[in-house]
Amino acid sequence: METFKLMLKIIMTSVLVNNYVLSKFLGICPFLGVSKKLDQASGMGVAVIFVMLLATAVTWPIQTYLLDPNGMGYLQTIVFILVIAALVQFVEIVLKKYIPSLHKSLGVYLPLITTNCAVLGVTINNITDGYNFLESMVSSLGCGLGFLLAMVLFAGVRERMEESEPPKAFRGIPITLVAASIVSLAFYGFGGIVTSLFGE
Amino acid sequence: MKKLKVFTNGLLKENPVLVLVLGTCPTLAMSVSVINAIAMGLAATAVLTCSNMVISLLRKIIPDTVRIPCYIVVIAGFVTLVQMLMEAYLPDLYEMLGVYLALIVVNCIILGRAEMFANKHNVGESALDGLGMGFGFTLALLAMAVIREVLGNASFAGMKIAFLENFKIPILTAPPGGFLVFGCLIALVTHITRGKAPLKKSFDCEGCPSASFCRKDPFCKTEETEAEA
Repeated sequence: METFKLMLKIIMTSVLVNNYVLSKFLGICPFLGVSKKLDQASGMGVAVIFVMLLATAVTWPIQTYLLDPNGMGYLQTIVFILVIAALVQFVEIVLKKYIPSLHKSLGVYLPLITTNCAVLGVTINNITDGYNFLESMVSSLGCGLGFLLAMVLFAGVRERMEESEPPKAFRGIPITLVAASIVSLAFYGFGGIVTSLFGE
Repeated sequence: MKKLKVFTNGLLKENPVLVLVLGTCPTLAMSVSVINAIAMGLAATAVLTCSNMVISLLRKIIPDTVRIPCYIVVIAGFVTLVQMLMEAYLPDLYEMLGVYLALIVVNCIILGRAEMFANKHNVGESALDGLGMGFGFTLALLAMAVIREVLGNASFAGMKIAFLENFKIPILTAPPGGFLVFGCLIALVTHITRGKAPLKKSFDCEGCPSASFCRKDPFCKTEETEAEA
């Protein structure tokens, strides 16, 4: 029961309070770039969840059983980015060969995620926060879900926005950022929810 | 004269943040206070200049097909160097920058300059380009941080500004304020330059360093390819 409560707390924190996109500003490029249509946004979100889980499953053991015992913790950045990049390429090849249907729906998003700061960020944060393996996986799942939620919500906002006519200087990127600010404001309201539900 | 142009290009005309709209993540996250902004800007400048120089030196050795992984290794090496130096000599700043320091690795500006400039130019020009782009990044960060810290927290680089004390707008230092200030600043640049600067029309793959990889992507089209199709 205690474990379950802890897991729920981690998920709620990473989805609502510390949303990676809207309050930690990680993964802004896909958030602004691929949120024009709802189906693309949700596809990207699912692919990010997939890669985050996979990356954590590989990088956490590397850090704990390979780098830390040998005093090579300082190689974290360089090892993680290479592992993630290689992993994503590998997964793409495997999916293409063996599960073409999944590759068709997720494949196009995979190269975009290789150098996504949200994925590298979540793997590093899991180590810095001192999570164990299970907690790390749950935290990655939460961050991925938070990313998906933000993407889907924002895609809805943008579909409406396409029809509006902002002042000339605001057309394009500026109005998108202002809209993101309002969506982020909505998430700001979740501030105290986790502490009031689960206690400190 | 030409050298000077390479340097100033990054400062204003092709400012990586406000005109090319690259490196949005650190810009939004690290512009809460002036000190953070300067530290982030200088760290990125150091990495960018060094990696630009090394990549330019190695441009004839690195095989074209595996160039992106090679660039990433070079960049990650310099990021680790900066991390270790900062942890040793500036531990407070190291704590403040946190994960964003490591995330310089995936900063689009650095990979983008390697791909677009350093692998085509000689060492001197690449170093100047790195410095120019780095300072352009720092300037943009600083502009945002000044707005956010002065109006949101009534202070400048940690010093209180007494007469603004009762007129704080705290939301500006919170995440939503970051998006808002960034949006308004880009709009301002658009308005001042009246479309003369090669501003990006929308957020697409133009200028994204991974663009050459995912051109086959259905939604990753530039406007020209869209017109052709």
